[in-house]
Amino acid sequence: MADHKPGFFSRWFMSTNHKDIGTLYIIFSIIAALIGGGFSMIMRMELQEPGVQFLTDAAGNPNGQMWNAIVSAHGLIMVFFVVMPGLIGGFGNWFVPLMIGAPDMAFPRLNNISFWLIVPAFLLLLASALVGSPLMTQGLDAVQSWMDLLGPGAGTGWTVYPPLSSTLGHPEMAVDLAIFALHLAGASSILGAANFITTIFNMRAPGMTLHKMPLFVWGMLITSFLLVLSVPVLGGAITMLLTDRNFGTSFFNPEGGGDPLLYQHLFWFFGHPEVYIMILPAFGIISHIVSVFSQRPIFGYLGMAYAMVSIGFVGFIVWAHHMYTTGLDVDTRAYFTAATMIIAVPTGVKIFSWIATMWGGSISFKTPMLFAIGFIFLFTVGGVTGVVLSNAGMDTALHDTYYVVAHFHYVLSLGAVFALFAGYYYWIGKISGRQYPEWMGVVHFWMTFIGVNLIFFPQHFLGLQGMPRRYIDYPDAYAGWNEISSYGAYLTGIATVWFLVTALYTMFAGRKVGENYWDAKPQSMTLEWTLSSPPPFHQFEIQPKVK
Amino acid sequence: MLKTLSSFFLSVLVMAQVNLAFADGMPKPWGLGLQESASPSHARITEFHDMMLWIISAVVLFVFLLLVYVVVRYSKEVNKKPETFTHHVLLEVIWTVIPVVILIVIAVPSFKLLYYTDRTAEPEMTLKVTGYQWYWGYEYPDHDDKSFSAYMIPDAEINADKGEVRLLSTDEKVVLPVDTNIQILVTAADVIHSFAVPSLGLKTDAIPGRLNETWVRIEKPGVYYGQCSELCGKDHAYMPIEIHAVSKEDFQAWAQK
Repeated sequence: MADHKPGFFSRWFMSTNHKDIGTLYIIFSIIAALIGGGFSMIMRMELQEPGVQFLTDAAGNPNGQMWNAIVSAHGLIMVFFVVMPGLIGGFGNWFVPLMIGAPDMAFPRLNNISFWLIVPAFLLLLASALVGSPLMTQGLDAVQSWMDLLGPGAGTGWTVYPPLSSTLGHPEMAVDLAIFALHLAGASSILGAANFITTIFNMRAPGMTLHKMPLFVWGMLITSFLLVLSVPVLGGAITMLLTDRNFGTSFFNPEGGGDPLLYQHLFWFFGHPEVYIMILPAFGIISHIVSVFSQRPIFGYLGMAYAMVSIGFVGFIVWAHHMYTTGLDVDTRAYFTAATMIIAVPTGVKIFSWIATMWGGSISFKTPMLFAIGFIFLFTVGGVTGVVLSNAGMDTALHDTYYVVAHFHYVLSLGAVFALFAGYYYWIGKISGRQYPEWMGVVHFWMTFIGVNLIFFPQHFLGLQGMPRRYIDYPDAYAGWNEISSYGAYLTGIATVWFLVTALYTMFAGRKVGENYWDAKPQSMTLEWTLSSPPPFHQFEIQPKVK
Repeated sequence: MLKTLSSFFLSVLVMAQVNLAFADGMPKPWGLGLQESASPSHARITEFHDMMLWIISAVVLFVFLLLVYVVVRYSKEVNKKPETFTHHVLLEVIWTVIPVVILIVIAVPSFKLLYYTDRTAEPEMTLKVTGYQWYWGYEYPDHDDKSFSAYMIPDAEINADKGEVRLLSTDEKVVLPVDTNIQILVTAADVIHSFAVPSLGLKTDAIPGRLNETWVRIEKPGVYYGQCSELCGKDHAYMPIEIHAVSKEDFQAWAQK
């Protein structure tokens, strides 16, 4: 009975197994990525040329509300339903227990709840596009085209700032549904984080002290703490917004003595740690890949771990650098400038330690390693533009322009997403028992690398020239770089289709692999490579011991 | 694609003429850097950015060269036996301390810039700006409370012969005197907007219930364009700002009209 698996329905819909739940998260993340990425394709198509070509209403006028709803949905989906479920729910669930030598997560049923909260959260967010549509307000007869199935949606940006998100800017129910979506996604994250913290503190194999823990587990531990400390603040902020909208309170309404800026402080007290929540597990994945493919032990392990701790800590005291133009006192801005710049130091430690890990190594350039090296370089590019933006005086010119868009896509779309792909290629053999064809992975890497750089590098120029973000149309002078950016998006779109083909081929016809298919040497060994691929349904029936 | 490439090279060739052909404060085709400065604030922002660009380019180049070296020198084909070192205290101290030094080098001019751009000690006049969905209201409290609203000129009515620019020109122009310290008070009447004019180094959020302050000193006569820079609803892209800077005499004449 060592490998007893439940039947299909029990296994996938009532799952308590961390590996199955991890798989569900990864599948969910890929589906959400296709939807969120589809939105970015629509955006780049619309922005390819000046004027409004696609997002028009029935009369042919620009449909700015639909544009805003798409921009908002893209941001919310990519943050809450792609990167977080992928890195934390997917790889975290799969590999935290394996790496610490635990049979499962501490609270398997809680784990299941975490996943099944994020599904309705996503559905609520998608449903927000439908409320207030001609179909819902006037009935079936009103439906002339598919556009009549859509309501105004939540065109608030992923930041959902009031008063635009209040009844003043969005009287329809769409924003209420988006708020509920965030409530559920937030609850899912908090429960998942509590589960990870408990698991990591209590279920490590004998001998695995905190200072011997794999760096991915360190990343997950710190991320979990950030989640537990920051998401409740978001929950409070959007609940206050909900009561402002529906129950006559005026937390954020100046007419009732409230203040829209209060929302921004609360949101970014969550929002800034959130970006580290997305990147810390990525840091961990990159460390393991660099170590395994260089055949070298991780350079400066303790420095790497405590760099993540300090990034997590400082991440909580820099939030107002998102608000430099809101009229904050100049001394406050000076403080946030200084605090924000400090983050560059531990980040630099990580970059240099990765390179030092490769230094003296015997490096093989398999797809995961290509994505990892790509990550290190592109994260550096995104990091230095972050240092530029950290200066409150400089930020006056760049705030809310495409420079910011380029910056955060370099650290997220080219950082966190590269780590997602790196982790996928690194571990898919372990997860499925089947290996992807190497050449397909390499082709995917180069298409993606060229594509995303074509999209986002020109956006620095657009931002410096002053092009504001979240614009459905732009003055003709911005046309050139926008066109290049759109071509990059199409190449990335093709790369994504290529990835899907690769993934499906791997799943059904990939070469079968053994335990340690990357030939991880003792100096970069983690416990998942001691198990079969895929691991048994219940692993570590004999508890491993760590020297 | 071909069209794009040819227009790219064409515009590189004629960049000098392009510079002259446009109004002072607006983006240029294939522009790479900040817009041309027309205020001391923006001049200092530009100066600071030029410094930052050197620093960040050097950092990126350094990391890139390290990566290239490592990839070439320590590939499996070249280096068969991996080394086993895991620590190097001096190196770790260096790569902690040097970034700190670089950050201090950045921080000093950064704070100077920040405090300089914050506000002007002795404003000579005030302009009050109010953001609405989706236009700007302007008031001149020092000039008989002169006030008006400025709407974008719709695409169909743009007259290029009059120098009007799509998505940037407004029906009423904000006329301001040159060489004058102008205090700008910014607020909003509905949702949050942001009053931004890149070439003047201006960007201040217009927040209902709050009165934000910024300032500008325009150094030469000209036309300076800006756009709303905080998501404010469906016509966010359609509420530009058009400032006409004129001599003090011309301004007085305009203000008394």
